[in-house]
Amino acid sequence: MIISGRVWKFGDDIDTDVIIPAKYLRSVDKSIWPKHVLEGIDPTFSSKVKPGDIIVAGKNFGCGSSREQAVLAIKWAGISAVVAESFARIFFRNGINNGLPLIECKGIYNAVDEGDIIEINLDEGIIKTKRGILTYKPLPKLLQDILNSGGLVEYYKKKIKGNVP
Amino acid sequence: MATAIEKIISNTIGKEVSPGDFVEIPVNFAYFHDGTGPLIIDVLREMEVDKIFNPDNVAVIFDHAAPPYSDQAATLQVKVRKFVKEQGIKKFHEIGEGICHQVVPEKGYIAPGMIVCGADSHTCTLGAFGLMAIGMGATDMAYILATGKTWIKVPETIRVRFDGSLGKGVSSKDLILEIVRIIGTDGATYKVLEFTGETIKELSQSSRMTMANMAVEMGAKTAFIEADEKTIQFLGKEGKIFKTDDDAIEEIHIDSSSIDPKIAIPYKVSNVKSVSEIEGEPIDQAFLGSCTNGRYEDLLEAAKILKGKKVRARLIVVPASRDTLVKAMKDGIIDILIESGAIIGIPGCGPCLGVHMGVLGENEVCISTSNRNFIGRMGARSSKVYLASPQTVAASSLEGKIVDPRRYVR
Repeated sequence: MIISGRVWKFGDDIDTDVIIPAKYLRSVDKSIWPKHVLEGIDPTFSSKVKPGDIIVAGKNFGCGSSREQAVLAIKWAGISAVVAESFARIFFRNGINNGLPLIECKGIYNAVDEGDIIEINLDEGIIKTKRGILTYKPLPKLLQDILNSGGLVEYYKKKIKGNVP
Repeated sequence: MATAIEKIISNTIGKEVSPGDFVEIPVNFAYFHDGTGPLIIDVLREMEVDKIFNPDNVAVIFDHAAPPYSDQAATLQVKVRKFVKEQGIKKFHEIGEGICHQVVPEKGYIAPGMIVCGADSHTCTLGAFGLMAIGMGATDMAYILATGKTWIKVPETIRVRFDGSLGKGVSSKDLILEIVRIIGTDGATYKVLEFTGETIKELSQSSRMTMANMAVEMGAKTAFIEADEKTIQFLGKEGKIFKTDDDAIEEIHIDSSSIDPKIAIPYKVSNVKSVSEIEGEPIDQAFLGSCTNGRYEDLLEAAKILKGKKVRARLIVVPASRDTLVKAMKDGIIDILIESGAIIGIPGCGPCLGVHMGVLGENEVCISTSNRNFIGRMGARSSKVYLASPQTVAASSLEGKIVDPRRYVR
């Protein structure tokens, strides 16, 4: 699969409290989450982001709380992928489990500027940027399978129906 | 040669494992709270799961917004209660019983050697009981509830050895803050942080929990502390004790006697300095509580400093559990705290996550015994949270500014 989109840049240690502040979590209406995505860093972000955009970040993206609303806020805001120097592990699992492509790629932060268009080839582990091509180690097979299923729910349904080993 | 965590996994699945292996593991005990519960229930519905795998191995604890602060928060709790009843989950703990990571061990639901998963990032706290405790999100927890299993990458272990005795006015919180400074916010990502050595053996089980609690602030998958007689006494049950082989991995050495009171400056947990370096910083609020430092010994240490004195900055004390509150009440600690001007909150998470019982306003400053000082963590984006020990928080509340607690500890 190939994903192409416009880049929004964030730094190191973007925690889940700034991705979606706790005061919005206890809402019966889930549609409020993308409206406040990354509000802790940039209160205007949700009004600027467009479907298909890509987040590029430094190290340890998604650290802190296990709140899965952080992934949902990003996904439902239309973000097509997050590429970071590294991810915090609970956020990483939550992302793959919800079918949001998360790509760990060393050197990405300095290879792009905000507003750039980048192209990610998920199958080959290649990212094309205006400063050249970066490669990364594709996900292990199990995680690829979960992601390709569209998330852990769909993976589970296929598995119990016997379509995956 | 193997680490304790490798041995726990190998023993549980009946197959030798090495770091980096992807394996499916059975989960011996699972728990979640009112914060993560509603999403878990939604995911189970999407998965078309009517009955969970084993309700006897599941606990549900109301701690995050307990009691609820809004009609929506209350409605979400109604949903979780209904689920608990439908599924026949008997280990259900209502508002006021305490924080999940405190209630689960207090009730003896876990034992050394087990694999435990919690839908909360601070599940690593339970690594202080010689078991593997992994924090996860809602979808992973739903999968565990449906199947009794999960997948993991077998983690490497970083072992930290602490030797020497703690100085006066210094607690295990100061030790762990120093470790966060050294390792950084992502230095232990996907790894286990094992704490060992003479200092750890000397620490109470509660003080060990304080250290294990903050492993996630360094990115760790979990923490591990070998179980001993103190662990067994706390849980009221024995389990299977696993130990890391000597020389299995390299160790970081810390001389505990060289550690002074520490404090994490906004907005990173790894921005750690000595309290003495930033004395005098004015504060509006002090918070004593959370899964890091809301236990009996924390309240006791604060009471020793506050006895017979009056606080200048409002002090919010939230015991980690009802058992903690009852014991502190019987021993006169609650009297001392209230007479000093402290406000006693309902056992639970309190203001740590910034939704109730002490949310910060614009530009307000709080010194807290909790574990996160991120932007807006406890309230307004412009507010600030400093993280420190119960002793430092108590002493600072007395003066209305950050002070080194050694001034008050004899």
